[in-house]
Amino acid sequence: MMRFLGVAIMVAICLAFAGGLALTVWQIAGTPAPVNLPHLLAENLDASGVDHPITAVLLNFRSYDTLLEIGVLVIAGIAGISMAKTTSLEDPDLRTSDSLLYALQRWFVPLMLVLAGYLLWAGSDRPGGAFQAGAVLAASGVMMRLGGIPMDFLRPGMLLRFGLALGFSVFLLVAVASALAGSAFLAYPEAFAKPLILIIEVVLTFSIAMVLLALFVSAPVNRTEEPEEGEAG
Amino acid sequence: MTPSLLYAFAGVALCSIGLFGFVRIRHLLRKLMAFNLIGSGVFLLMVGLAQRGGQPDPVPQALVLTGIVVAIAATALAVVLIRRYYHLSGQTTLAEPRAKRAKPPAPTANREGSPE
Repeated sequence: MMRFLGVAIMVAICLAFAGGLALTVWQIAGTPAPVNLPHLLAENLDASGVDHPITAVLLNFRSYDTLLEIGVLVIAGIAGISMAKTTSLEDPDLRTSDSLLYALQRWFVPLMLVLAGYLLWAGSDRPGGAFQAGAVLAASGVMMRLGGIPMDFLRPGMLLRFGLALGFSVFLLVAVASALAGSAFLAYPEAFAKPLILIIEVVLTFSIAMVLLALFVSAPVNRTEEPEEGEAG
Repeated sequence: MTPSLLYAFAGVALCSIGLFGFVRIRHLLRKLMAFNLIGSGVFLLMVGLAQRGGQPDPVPQALVLTGIVVAIAATALAVVLIRRYYHLSGQTTLAEPRAKRAKPPAPTANREGSPE
């Protein structure tokens, strides 16, 4: 009876929440926007260095968000690998020996690497960009790992930390350099906007793929560590 | 009532379903999934509400893209933490503060030997 009452109260709360939110959405949709953001963006697109409005917002007009985002990702990746407590994140126990996966991998991994490169390049004038490319790169890394291809760079060490931090540090370096050069923090000089955005996109792709892959491989618990972990609990 | 507003209302529905799941479900992985459902609802709400004049607005789309990447990383970190918690405590739910346990939780199936 108590359980039923609890569910009923929760359903009522959720319905009230949905109703309130729907009312708000309806009211917001009814009022005209005070600023015409798409128009404003289209006017300034030429100054941004790229031709696609979303990439322009992500890496030029609101690049502060993107900088903080890659910062969050680096923190999450470092927290993930520090949870793992294994000497090697590349655990031979977890490899599969499925011949179908091997066959699939031989076709898919090169294709996915090319696709990641294309997505990265396409970001300048059509949908695509660092995040999509990084996700595809991380997915091909997951596939390679499942197939047991050795990936030495995933050992916790200098190389992994360097890869995790590369995107964030290059982005921050560009931001600070532009601030020191006299303009605002993260304001690229207009002549170098396109190459700078391209460099940042490349290192971001690399770092995002690294963070996602590190989080994937740090999730399983290593069997050889179990007695020690039991003591800790 | 435009089609894009329909997406916003679908986002509202997802948010409230996720809220229900987040509060009621005890299992940590399912709680995480319910939390992600709330996040997806918020993304759908933002993108749906932003296309008012029929034209999509790139600024909220870029914000949602940023949000999606952060949500993926946070979810992966949460899965790592949940697996670690499960490995250490053998439980899939957070301990009830009131329920007193007479004996420690049973060892999990994948662990050899008693921890003590």
